[in-house]
Amino acid sequence: MHEFSIVSALINQCEELAAENKATGIARVAVKIGALSGVEPQLVKTAFDTFREDGICRGAELEMEIAPLELDCRACGAHSIPDEIAYLCPACQSRDIKVSGGEEMLLMQLELMYD
Amino acid sequence: MCKDCGCSLTSEGHAHHHDHGHDHLMTNPQLNDKKTLSVIHKILDKNDIEAAHNREHFEQHGVMAFNLMSSPGSGKTTLLEHLTNYTDQRYCVIEGDLETSRDADRLKAKGINAVQIQTGSACHLDAFMVHGALHQQPLDNMDICFVENVGNLVCPASYDVGTHKNVVLVSVPEGEDKIEKYPVMFRKADVVFITKCDLLPYFDFDPEVAKAAVLKLNPEAKVINVSVKEPESMKAVAQWFATELAAFNRTLASKTEEPA
Repeated sequence: MHEFSIVSALINQCEELAAENKATGIARVAVKIGALSGVEPQLVKTAFDTFREDGICRGAELEMEIAPLELDCRACGAHSIPDEIAYLCPACQSRDIKVSGGEEMLLMQLELMYD
Repeated sequence: MCKDCGCSLTSEGHAHHHDHGHDHLMTNPQLNDKKTLSVIHKILDKNDIEAAHNREHFEQHGVMAFNLMSSPGSGKTTLLEHLTNYTDQRYCVIEGDLETSRDADRLKAKGINAVQIQTGSACHLDAFMVHGALHQQPLDNMDICFVENVGNLVCPASYDVGTHKNVVLVSVPEGEDKIEKYPVMFRKADVVFITKCDLLPYFDFDPEVAKAAVLKLNPEAKVINVSVKEPESMKAVAQWFATELAAFNRTLASKTEEPA
């Protein structure tokens, strides 16, 4: 259940950004969670619903984009979204690949409210 | 941060890039009570900054750090207890468990410097917990610091604790399917030790299948079959650490040679 620590880090970040921008509330929090980031989206949602109660995120909607695994092949140049969890190029089977998505955990957008 | 902890790092050398340059406020003229702030922030940003700080701290003391991860009971502590018989390198251990100091006590009984972190209910170590413990270690007299993470194949994979390499263990009785079931963890591994290989005759565990599963997730990873009862396999483990340490020391030396 490390989702709880991750969400408390997220809410912390939201609070800091709201303070920096002198907002009085947050309407929406948009995050991008990689399919292979190691967190379970449903648990993130539950944790967010639990933790948002005490602070400025109270009432905020959590918008989650799940990013699939994306690979760029250095051998043949193909960009791919593999069907299975395999870190090799589906086009040429090369293992010389760069991961361009699917492992991230990012705060993307905040909708700030002002009284 | 370094002032807070009293360690001697200056903040200049840090990779504390709080890049707020891409924060972007958009105001909707129709709705001037709401603003959309576009940011791209790593959610675990604070942990990552602390992890970078830990890494720098280790490097200032010439110490290479390894994060040991596996399920509970795969043999992390046992490996560290036995490694001392096969290596001349000086190492210390930061132990993470929910409760008890049993693991640290086991290592101390072997003459190994060990500090226990009790996480209470936390299922993983984070960079802040490790930072607290590393100040209790005599790093100047060490070559290697092992961080033995909480036994768990899920949560520790999401946290950079400030080590240089990740070591993941999977034991023969657990079954080779664990690699595919917990891909995020094995993806993070620089080396996978298949432990308790003396039990291979009693289990349907195929080390070749396990190795193929690891390489599918992580083409760069090395896979080593280990049993603490087979000295040759422990020599291979010690050799892997020796090779890594030599490469690390070369990198450190070239860093210090570079003109400022």
